[in-house]
Amino acid sequence: MLRYVIRRLLMGAAVVFVVSAVVFFVPRLAGDPVQSMLPLDHTPEQRDALEKSLGWDRPLLTQFWDFLSGAARLDFGDSVWQRRPALEVISDRLPATLELAGAAILITLIVALPLGVAAALRPNSAADRLVTALALVGFSIPLFFLGLILMLTFSVWLGWLPTSGRGSLAHLVLPSVALALNGIGSLTVLTRSVMIEELNRPWIRTARAKNLPFRRTVGVHALKNAAPTIVTGIGLDIISLVATGVVIAEVVFAWPGLGTVALVAITRNDLVLLQALVFCAATAVVLLNIVIDLLYKLFDPRIDYTQDSVRSA
Amino acid sequence: MSTNIRPGSVADTGMGSTSRSGETRRGPRTDRGRGSSTVLRQILRDKMTLAAAILLCLVVAVAILAPLIAPHDPTQQVLGRRLRPPALFSGGDWTNPLGTDSLGRDFLSRLMYGARSTLLVSLGVVILGSLIGTTVGLIAGYRGGVTDTLVMRLIDLQMAFPGLLLILLVVSVAKPTRLTLVLLLSLMIWHVFARHVRAWTLSARSNVFVEAARMSGARTPRILVRHVLPNLASPLLTLVVLSLATIMLAESSLSFLGLGVQPPNTSWGLEINTGRQYIFDSWWLVVLPGLAISLTVLAVNVLGNWLRVVLDPQQSDKRFVGEQSTGAR
Amino acid sequence: MPTPQLMHSEASGASLLEVDDLRVDFFGRLGRVQAVRGVTFAITPGETFGLVGESGSGKSVTSQAILGIVDAPGKVAGGDIRWNGHSLLHGQDSKALRRRVLGKEISVVFQDPMASLNPVLQIGTQITEVLRHHLHLSRRAAVERAAELLSLVGISNPRRRMRQYPGDFSGGMRQRVLIAMALACEPKLLIADEPTTALDVTIQAQIMELLAELRSTLDLSVLLITHDLALVAQFCDRMAVMYAGTILEKGPTASIFASPVSPYTEGLLRATPRLDVHLERLVAIPGEAPDLRRDVIGCAFHPRCGLATPQCRDEAPTLLNVGVDHEVACWNRGPAHEENGCADEPR
Repeated sequence: MLRYVIRRLLMGAAVVFVVSAVVFFVPRLAGDPVQSMLPLDHTPEQRDALEKSLGWDRPLLTQFWDFLSGAARLDFGDSVWQRRPALEVISDRLPATLELAGAAILITLIVALPLGVAAALRPNSAADRLVTALALVGFSIPLFFLGLILMLTFSVWLGWLPTSGRGSLAHLVLPSVALALNGIGSLTVLTRSVMIEELNRPWIRTARAKNLPFRRTVGVHALKNAAPTIVTGIGLDIISLVATGVVIAEVVFAWPGLGTVALVAITRNDLVLLQALVFCAATAVVLLNIVIDLLYKLFDPRIDYTQDSVRSA
Repeated sequence: MSTNIRPGSVADTGMGSTSRSGETRRGPRTDRGRGSSTVLRQILRDKMTLAAAILLCLVVAVAILAPLIAPHDPTQQVLGRRLRPPALFSGGDWTNPLGTDSLGRDFLSRLMYGARSTLLVSLGVVILGSLIGTTVGLIAGYRGGVTDTLVMRLIDLQMAFPGLLLILLVVSVAKPTRLTLVLLLSLMIWHVFARHVRAWTLSARSNVFVEAARMSGARTPRILVRHVLPNLASPLLTLVVLSLATIMLAESSLSFLGLGVQPPNTSWGLEINTGRQYIFDSWWLVVLPGLAISLTVLAVNVLGNWLRVVLDPQQSDKRFVGEQSTGAR
Repeated sequence: MPTPQLMHSEASGASLLEVDDLRVDFFGRLGRVQAVRGVTFAITPGETFGLVGESGSGKSVTSQAILGIVDAPGKVAGGDIRWNGHSLLHGQDSKALRRRVLGKEISVVFQDPMASLNPVLQIGTQITEVLRHHLHLSRRAAVERAAELLSLVGISNPRRRMRQYPGDFSGGMRQRVLIAMALACEPKLLIADEPTTALDVTIQAQIMELLAELRSTLDLSVLLITHDLALVAQFCDRMAVMYAGTILEKGPTASIFASPVSPYTEGLLRATPRLDVHLERLVAIPGEAPDLRRDVIGCAFHPRCGLATPQCRDEAPTLLNVGVDHEVACWNRGPAHEENGCADEPR
């Protein structure tokens, strides 16, 4: 098992290296970053001056090396927009995003898992069909629309909750619920279908013949087998939440986190900040993927340890 | 069932195979008896699918025929008729059946053209992404070895950039055209197809008829297309439909953030973005496009689910035994 | 139609398990399937009872009904199952009785050892969970006892092997583990559902030997469910032959094998290859088993029976005494026939 962990970490490091290459080269290949930072009617001298001040007149590979070594120390340079280290900008806004994401994940787990298991215990009953239908609707509604509707209903028409911004617990409610609803939809359906499959296994018949308490049959025999898939589902949900959902939710509710920062960085063409953001996010995703893989193997001792990534199989 | 007479066993009396009745589906509850309600439920379930299919046809028709059937030019600003509500509400009239936006442009027409963009981009993405992903998956699953490892690494790399991340990088330096949008969004799903197709190919590869084809000298591309691919057709179709839903949501999210379809083109997501600031009084600017997206995606999901159940013969039967296991991976 | 009476010895009150006119239905896509249609038998303490029949005869469903694990879409539709005289299915106390008895005093060994064990739990856990739930043993005591049980069934190095997973065991070993699991709470009745079908012939012999040994050392009653006549001949004191959800013949194994009375049993024995008789070909029973989705009218076997009469077609025969403790359900071979000596005399 330890060997596997080390292998996985090494692989992750390799991926992070490639990630940094992508983060560095893609913007420079997709367009002209310098030009986007300059006013439309700039002179060649202004362009040269800007390049020089950013250190972008040096050979590309040197720049890349600088970027890499900087990234290793989490030093990405100064944000063009805020004129301070990009890392500082990120760490300032990180807690807000973590708060939102954390609340949403918590809500998702608390609602989706029991709901999914309960639905699996009574397949095709009226309650089950209702849950499945609601889940289906849940992951068909786009997050931004859902957020706006919630805002309209609960802030504007009913006046129960604040419209936007961050502050009290009341401010957290709408954004996190909106964020969670999408994930609840897909996680409920996943949990339900995995549990139904697991509850139909022949060893469940043995457990029931042993007349074990219901809690144990479902909670241990079925759940332990279902856990890897469910955990992977949770992990993927977290990833999509972090990569996309959080940005949208922050924009809709004016939540002062990394998502809103990213958008501003785009509108202001602050490539330094953007690179820093994307690099950190991608690295976080790589780490999350590794954790998911490890958890998967922890739950299912049958898996061959020499396989690389179980979920890819 | 073959007549396998082993010493000491009751001779097969020609009965044919019967699974022991004890082997039908089990669940923790023992006291449910299903019967007549299952038939009713089946019809209802299929009615939903029917409705979904009709809705989708409608949307596609509108998207294709928009230039012909839109009541007004979607870009024509009529500043005297700004922010009119839809026809049935006070202040609205039938000149603009769904009201107007902040520049007096007819909302119904804008929504129709929005459907065009959304569908164009989404279908383009799904086609491109599925083609690339399926090809890569087939080759990786069939060839194995170095090719496979390489592909897996590539997929791992792609998975490090979920959702918006990569798109953010590109969009910061170049304004996206609908074409670049299609290319970028394809990146989001090719690896899903590649992974699934690879897994399916791996198991199909060990099938006897594939071996037979190989031994009779057929070359790889022929084997892949004539023998492996047909078996993947059903799950692949289901995957295509379900990824359409994902992509439509992704496109509208991007457009909402201003990173997707750009003016003068419009998409439903973009409309919500523009309409957002007027939400308190002119709710239709947000609600109508939002409903359009939600209902369309819902219809696609319903259709996809139905396909999944119907195309898997095992699951079709399970429907009638009073339980349904969706077991998709 | 009068319900079949329990045999004198069966009804004497000394029975451990009584199955009384049991009926089990399954509701499927095409309607109601009557898997068990009025099955009656009893098992006394220390006795080995064999329930024989081909696939689809309803024998496994019967055992499921006893264990209380008949599931949707199945349902016990009638009859009773009694343990030491008390009903397990009906009455206020039945639930408490089930909780006390099932899994503890009645246990089961299923057919497919790989499928019956949870692949992600250690073998030891799968045994100790029974001990801890039913006997309320502490963790340490449960582990002790589990190790004892494993050596009882012939698994060496029990403590080490307890921490392994089912995948680390061979087929025969897994079956032994299942037996150990079933014996954990010192049951009075062990139901063995096709215990050897999924195993190689040599392993089969070992397992049956083990069961025989355990049966005498532990004074166990065994309900052996199988399609293998030879197994029943070797191992069982009494037996019942099931066909299409009913019992057609019931009695001491020796009597039935020596002189089978039901035409079906005769047919089965004739169709079995034997080492002491040279046959050119096996005599198969013509025809097919009935479709249990339709109500079965008359004797279930009559379409394939050489002795069938109009009465056989119209009325289902009940189990009637033809010898000491030997019963048969047949119009032609039943006691009426013996009395009147004529095959198609109406009763």
